[in-house]
Amino acid sequence: MLLGKLTLDAIPFHEPIIMGALSGAGLMGLVVFALITKFGKWGYLWKEWLTSVDHKKIGVMYIVVALIMLLRGFADAAMMRTQLALATNGHLGIFPPEHYDQIFTAHGVIMIIFMAMPFMTGLMNIVVPLQIGARDVAFPFLNSLSFWLLVSAVVLVNVSLGVGEFARTGWVAYPPLSELSYSPGVGVDYYIWALQIAGVGTTLTAINFLVTIIKMRAPGMKLMQMPIFTWTCTWANVLIVTSFPILTGALAMLSLDRYLDFHFFTSEAGGNPMMYINLFWAWGHPEVYILVLPAFGIFSEVISTFSGKRLFGHTSMIIASGVISVLGFIVWLHHFFTMGSGADVNAFFGIATMIISVPTGVKLFNWLFTIYRGRLRFTTPVLWTLGFMVTFSIGGMTGVLLAVPGADFLLHNSLFLIAHFHNTIIGGAVFGYLAGFTFWFPKAFGFKLNEKIGKAAFWFWQSGFFFAFVPLYVLGFLGMTRRLNHTDNPLWTPWLYVACIGAVLVALGIACQLLQIAVSLRDRKKLVDETGDPWNGHTLEWSTSSPPPFYNFAVVPHVHDIDAFTDMKEKGVAYAAPAKYAPIHMPKNTSAGVFIGAFTTVMGFALIWHIWWMAIVGFVGIVASMLARAYDNDIDYYVQPDEIERIERVRLAKLGINVDRNDGQANPAARPSKAKTLEQV
Amino acid sequence: MASHATHMDSAHAHDEHEHHDSGQSTVLGFWLYLMTDCILFASAFAAYAVLFGNVNGGVAGKDIFELKYVLVETFALLFSSITYGFAMISAHKGNKSGVLGWLVVTFLFGAAFIGMELNEFHHLIAEGHGPQNSAFLSSFFALVGMHGLHVTAGLVWMAVMMFEVVKTGLTSRSLTRLNCLSLFWHFLDIVWICVFTVVYLKGAM
Repeated sequence: MLLGKLTLDAIPFHEPIIMGALSGAGLMGLVVFALITKFGKWGYLWKEWLTSVDHKKIGVMYIVVALIMLLRGFADAAMMRTQLALATNGHLGIFPPEHYDQIFTAHGVIMIIFMAMPFMTGLMNIVVPLQIGARDVAFPFLNSLSFWLLVSAVVLVNVSLGVGEFARTGWVAYPPLSELSYSPGVGVDYYIWALQIAGVGTTLTAINFLVTIIKMRAPGMKLMQMPIFTWTCTWANVLIVTSFPILTGALAMLSLDRYLDFHFFTSEAGGNPMMYINLFWAWGHPEVYILVLPAFGIFSEVISTFSGKRLFGHTSMIIASGVISVLGFIVWLHHFFTMGSGADVNAFFGIATMIISVPTGVKLFNWLFTIYRGRLRFTTPVLWTLGFMVTFSIGGMTGVLLAVPGADFLLHNSLFLIAHFHNTIIGGAVFGYLAGFTFWFPKAFGFKLNEKIGKAAFWFWQSGFFFAFVPLYVLGFLGMTRRLNHTDNPLWTPWLYVACIGAVLVALGIACQLLQIAVSLRDRKKLVDETGDPWNGHTLEWSTSSPPPFYNFAVVPHVHDIDAFTDMKEKGVAYAAPAKYAPIHMPKNTSAGVFIGAFTTVMGFALIWHIWWMAIVGFVGIVASMLARAYDNDIDYYVQPDEIERIERVRLAKLGINVDRNDGQANPAARPSKAKTLEQV
Repeated sequence: MASHATHMDSAHAHDEHEHHDSGQSTVLGFWLYLMTDCILFASAFAAYAVLFGNVNGGVAGKDIFELKYVLVETFALLFSSITYGFAMISAHKGNKSGVLGWLVVTFLFGAAFIGMELNEFHHLIAEGHGPQNSAFLSSFFALVGMHGLHVTAGLVWMAVMMFEVVKTGLTSRSLTRLNCLSLFWHFLDIVWICVFTVVYLKGAM
């Protein structure tokens, strides 16, 4: 009674693979714990990172979470490919259906909600305030809270591995399968609460960034002069605030069905399962644009920077993103043409879907025209961008094919569909984030990443992608449907082997990326970026040091052009030292976000296991922490001019600028000794 | 709003003269939150519209809705919006006791509304028309109940604000918060008008 549905049976002792994974994860956790303790870094971690409200640090933490979850999500993918390569011709493979179903559900949920979303949010956190010349986001504490809500959800998803089970419904959790009568375990409840908690965090982030972008742009920066990445993030945030509440609503209804015997989606008492599917995709389709629009922004920044040209068609790029955002809301039904809405309805949604390829095509041509007559430098981010342009175009074309309702009736829920959406999400979103990761890494940490290993990572990913997913297109045409545990068609087997090889290649790509980080960290002195502008960038984030000081800009820049920093460099005012500095108003760190996140985890876990007293404890803890924060009067302070001057003097010295000469002219070519260059990280 | 506020609001911390009024940012942020809430309600309305006829052989709207009762309930909430408006007028005049007085009146109207709603729910469940009986009743209880939960949260917030105003007076921070609560309260009023029209008026036909 005291522990609700929770008993010792919830821990899968009899599953050697799960127990192995758990002990591996536990061991790694212990090693990290021991290392932090050994080097006495707990205080540093708590003060400088966990309680930080600095958008750059929060952004880094988001990306760390995303990379960890990428490993977990990829482990799921590798298990699926292994299973399907083994379980043919009468063999049953290594995973029984009840376990395999959890793997593919976890893979989808983790990759979308806990890898791609935090990766996107992390990049947005690091870059957007810098690009618009702001010193932080509009609500720094709320930003920290959003992050800790994500962590809370991540904890719940990972706990489900060892305590109980995860959903076996597929990442969409369609009823009536996800209803209590067909999924009596706690798997769907883990799914519901993890998504709800992460969803609240995402919604708060979107509100925060919209206010930041509307209210806190540097003086002179008109809306249409905002950098393109900031613009695509703006559209993504508009999509978040308009679509995430629909998911919240749908999951709340599913919870009422499961917890209080309501009948929204049940197949008895008048419930309507198809309504869930509509609501889910009214969120789900905008969601894929939430993921991919910021990636489009990254490609735009990368391609214009490394072509040494202004982005071709900046305004049309903004409008195209807006058109994609709006159209993204009227295509959701193409996820279930086969549901039987009738030919007219299907035709409307099919045509609306095809029209989306028009603004997307505009973007592609803009990128091509940006490269045209530019001097393209073939750096790692550029490779990701070019790889994207090829890969994503193929994904777009198969998407238009699927948008034809007649064709969709044949290909619905086949591996063709799986190949298509991986084609767009990996080839679009993930390639974009990885390009952005390499592109802005020096900004966040003050040193560049190793180019050679970065390029190797790209080629493994790119080739691995085609090896893994082209066979899936073929298998779709051969009639293989998704979510199969084992197969018995000899015609499919060779393609399943090839797809498995593809997964190995992608694994090598991921390994290269981890190696790249490790090697670059070792060689950080050699890779150091003292100028803050390693790529000859165009926008304001490159005008400050790498890593930027906690206040971002000693003096808020005035903006006169789309490529504000290029404009400043051309006018020779880019590194001008001001006569004097004014005090800067900054927020203080706070632990309130950590506590609210922790109480949310407690509440979520209690709700999953029906431990009602503990849910109340969690809820009261959340409210109490919020009130404590609301009446904390010690939340901000002023950075004094002498401290700003001290920090800026070091930076200007690195740039070779004699501050006392005070002629305001930069000479970044003249480098001082590298003695005190690497301050942080 | 609160143009006479004298010292820095503490909701966030930026001092550039171009964007120093953080109270404005807070209100804009709260507006955006309300729009997300609006979409959440829209989802619940959509679900109700889909499931409205699925009575599962049980009662339909016209069998259970008592329009006169709901009309009284509605006026309690509408009056509470007016009295909250008076509280804000007092706040802008810097009249602390006026704010407290009107907040108490608003709170009582809001509490009366919630009390009447709970009474209605209690009656329905006691008569065997609980949310478990049909998809129609599920969506009815969820939509009206969700609005009720919002009003309850608003009441708790109002109580906290009364405490704050008593303790600290009308600081610019309290004014910003009162302003946000005002938006929240009026927003719930508008949602209720939709509930009254779509659920009760249409259902009683």
